[in-house]
Amino acid sequence: MFLINCPYCGERDQSEFSSGGEAHIERPKQPTELSDDEWADFLFMRKNIKGVQFERWNHSHGCRKWFNLIRDTSNDKIHGIYKMGEKPPKV
Amino acid sequence: MSNFRINKTNFVDQTNRISFKFDGKTFFGFKGDTLASALIANGIHLVGRSFKYHRPRGIMTCGSEEPNAICQINDKSNLTEPNVRATEIELYEGLEANSQNCWPNVKFDIGGINNLISPFIPAGFYYKTFMWPKSFWKSVYEPLIRKTAGLGKSPIKPDPEIYDHKYVHCDVLVIGGGISGIISAKLSAKNNLNTILIDDKKELGGSTIFQENEIFKINNKISKDWLINEINEIKKLKNLQIKTRTSVAAYHDYNYLLARESLSDHLSKNEKDGFVRQRLWKIRAKKVIIATGAIERPLVFNNNDRPGILLASSINKYLNYFGVTCGLKNVIFTNNDSAYEVAISLNKKGIDVKIIDIRKRSESELIKETEKLGIKIFWNSTITSTFGYRKINSIEIMSLSEDGSNVIGEKNKISCDCLGMSGGWTPMVHMHTQSGGKLNFRETDQVFLPKEFSDNRISVGSSNGHFELDEIIKLTNDTVKKFLNIQETDLDDADISCSKELEKRNIWLLPNYISIGKNKSFIDFQNDSTAKDIKLAMREGFKSIEHVKRYTTTGMATDQGKLSNMHALGIIAETAAVKMGSLGTTTFRPPFTPLTFGTIVGRSVGKFFDIVRKTPMHEWHVKNNAEFENVGQWKRAWYYPRNNENMHQSVQRESKAARDSAGILDASTLGKIDIKGSDATEFLNRVYTNAWSKLSIGKCRYGLMLNEDGMVYDDGVTTRIDENHYLMTTTTGGAANVLSKLEDYLQTEWPELDVWLTSVTDHYATASICGPNSKKILKKLFSDIEFNDQNFPHMSFKNAKIGGIDCRIMRISFTGEHSYEINIEAKYGNSLWEKCIDAGKDFNITPYGTETMHLLRAEKGFIIVGQDTDGTMTPIDLQMDWIVSKKKYDFIGKRSLYRSDTMREDRKQLVGLLTDKPNTVLEEGAQIVHEKNNKPIEMIGHVTSSYFSPNLNKSIALAVVKNGRKLKGQKLLVPMRDQTINVTVSDFIFYDKNNERLNA
Repeated sequence: MFLINCPYCGERDQSEFSSGGEAHIERPKQPTELSDDEWADFLFMRKNIKGVQFERWNHSHGCRKWFNLIRDTSNDKIHGIYKMGEKPPKV
Repeated sequence: MSNFRINKTNFVDQTNRISFKFDGKTFFGFKGDTLASALIANGIHLVGRSFKYHRPRGIMTCGSEEPNAICQINDKSNLTEPNVRATEIELYEGLEANSQNCWPNVKFDIGGINNLISPFIPAGFYYKTFMWPKSFWKSVYEPLIRKTAGLGKSPIKPDPEIYDHKYVHCDVLVIGGGISGIISAKLSAKNNLNTILIDDKKELGGSTIFQENEIFKINNKISKDWLINEINEIKKLKNLQIKTRTSVAAYHDYNYLLARESLSDHLSKNEKDGFVRQRLWKIRAKKVIIATGAIERPLVFNNNDRPGILLASSINKYLNYFGVTCGLKNVIFTNNDSAYEVAISLNKKGIDVKIIDIRKRSESELIKETEKLGIKIFWNSTITSTFGYRKINSIEIMSLSEDGSNVIGEKNKISCDCLGMSGGWTPMVHMHTQSGGKLNFRETDQVFLPKEFSDNRISVGSSNGHFELDEIIKLTNDTVKKFLNIQETDLDDADISCSKELEKRNIWLLPNYISIGKNKSFIDFQNDSTAKDIKLAMREGFKSIEHVKRYTTTGMATDQGKLSNMHALGIIAETAAVKMGSLGTTTFRPPFTPLTFGTIVGRSVGKFFDIVRKTPMHEWHVKNNAEFENVGQWKRAWYYPRNNENMHQSVQRESKAARDSAGILDASTLGKIDIKGSDATEFLNRVYTNAWSKLSIGKCRYGLMLNEDGMVYDDGVTTRIDENHYLMTTTTGGAANVLSKLEDYLQTEWPELDVWLTSVTDHYATASICGPNSKKILKKLFSDIEFNDQNFPHMSFKNAKIGGIDCRIMRISFTGEHSYEINIEAKYGNSLWEKCIDAGKDFNITPYGTETMHLLRAEKGFIIVGQDTDGTMTPIDLQMDWIVSKKKYDFIGKRSLYRSDTMREDRKQLVGLLTDKPNTVLEEGAQIVHEKNNKPIEMIGHVTSSYFSPNLNKSIALAVVKNGRKLKGQKLLVPMRDQTINVTVSDFIFYDKNNERLNA
């Protein structure tokens, strides 16, 4: 149970949040132009790495805002939190 | 006073006598005793039988590591608790405890025969033996094993006690109230840090609190007196909270810890009446200092498990803390100096004691004092066997060979009634590893130690491998100063004198002239695994400690191997000739000691177990005899039985009435999302499969929502209230998920859209009136509205007032009947409902529940998302091609509808099924096949909805079947346990195909 510093509300318990998987996977603007493989890549392929990962999180039992979070999946250390649309900080 | 209560101490109140029962017999003890100390004072050591061989077992320790003395506590209430350690139960008036794992009683136990046949019950015996014949497992072997095995009895009635949860935050949490914990807590609190100190015993002080030896001094005071003074001082510190009788169960990430506080377990029934029994503390600490100490190791030798054999340090605690001696003729068997303190204590109280030391010689101060007192020491010796069935009465010793691998010389028999063993000390690194810390192995005394500290977690004292008093104080002081950034402390120049251990010798498995296969050298006392079992497992090819552990069950009992794991590792390392440090340890998992379910659950029991959501009309349904169905957290009226009707009869009556005249449904639970903003229409275009641009104000439209993978996610009717204002409805169960999915798209993919979503599910109550007479009822309720098809057509909406209160009327239908849904502010819901019932009286308006609603919509072939779909159905599979816009450039899931897999023709598709015998109703979930002969038979689909339709007077069903679109008219089979049902694939709209009733 880690602590997450919501960029809108401040530090809260992990139980208030839900994870939304890998970050920075943008929905294609013109899906119909894509081949099956390209679309499948967007739809299904996720890195799920051991180590530092960029993730989407939602303060679902708080302000309901989505934001990005950089987490080391091997030890749950959080290396950075930034709002949607912002550039990720260097880690 | 019994023979064994020989001493008065400050910790047991010998003026306060307490009676208790053990195995039905009444005994007496004193306030301050544990069950274990009171039993020992009464001369009782035999308290249970071992798990596998049913060998007599006695109290072995004085703390949470106790493997043998586990009892069933019987209260006169509904509470009975198994597997409670007698060493941790504080004595109270009326306590009733029983030994476990023996029948008919602890002194004569039939299972004891297992001990005689033990050569035939090696490790893995059960795995190897009960394999054949297969059918015997369930009917013969398992019931038999279950009857003879098992630890205690589970309670079968609801727990009558109250449990609590509490969240706390602190700057520093100190785990363990021994000397290093007390030093740490004092330093922390005196430096203005909000500090919590937790200890599992009823008093602080650890083992130093009864250390009377004058060799150990701090600033010229005997260590015990120094510590008592410190304890009195810290009790005055304002920002230090001391929690005794509290055990940290788990140490999670980010310094989140769970601790169980026992609040009334030590009180008698009268005293604790109405008290909370246990409280779970959920602690978030900025910094944690682990000071959990170390526990003494047993020694592994033949017959090391008899009653009367204890850990040496426990004998010391019983003597100096409880005032009870464990025996009158004692032998201490050791490989280190610490046990000499025990011998000196016994000797000074005038009790007979001898020492057997596997070391060749040592000259430390403690040993010099021992020799000065005239205590006999057998150097370089080991015990080869012990004797005495219900209690130890003698031992046999021999000398060790030079390298310690064998025994030599004469066998020497010594009589005794108590044997203390000390195989050194194991630092309690559980908390450190639970928090993610790694371990290092120290060769000199064969211990695993915390490898590293972090910025917010350290270990101090013997849990960090410091066993000498001067080390404990100096290094704890230094470490804590650095950790908490403290400049100076009182302990910087403390004057400490103590004895230093000079010689070390460790032999994990002591040698014997009896072969390993024939001797009983126990490693795990609770699970009865021996050194032989470990060696056998290794011969059979198990190499990893994790595998050996599971195969032999070493360390898997309720004590989680607190005493056994190190020996198992040591013997594996010796046998495999590898370094012990390279083997690693098994995983230390929470909880440290078992937690009761009550503590975990806290107050979330009974009606607080889960949230219950009720509609504003709920009380009306209750009054009108409704049965309820749980839909998510909602209680929905399921059906309204009249005159002892069963569900089938009620549903038949309700659905007939709804089609013949009028029915009314409480639809308040449907998810409702208010959508506003200048891009609301564009937003709907993107989230639904169909087009929304041309929906005019005042009109309603059904929409289907997909996931990005093209599968149906939710459906519902959305109404255009105004130019930039819509009201979306969702399924009851899907409401929360739909809202967060839509929010996700708005916040992350389409932040440019000006759209605002608000959940209004609980804000509106909804009464849905359907049937050919619904229009007449609405006319009575809303006299100023013209209910003709021109003014108020199907799929349109009007604002209205009822009793002066605003409401919205939608003419929409989920039953296929002419139908209206009236939405009103929730607090007027019940009043609206009663008005509708009143107005409908002349038309036999019949309240119907969800079951009838399901039936009516199935007659019309309307799907229910989640019942007829399961996350693998596209709109095409549901034969709902009509709702998928070909013109829209994009919507959620559109691209996926053109993937090769979603375009396969032989996907499962929605069909109707009619049974050849119209009275046979299929079971929902039943499998569908083509034929019954050519095995293996392919399952081509399953029934998703099935009812007997009173309006059609036959059975109808919806199903998903492979290639179903093309199977219309074909015969299929539905095999059931007792028969095979013949069915014919049909259209899935069974009733009023041309929608004539909508405008009737």
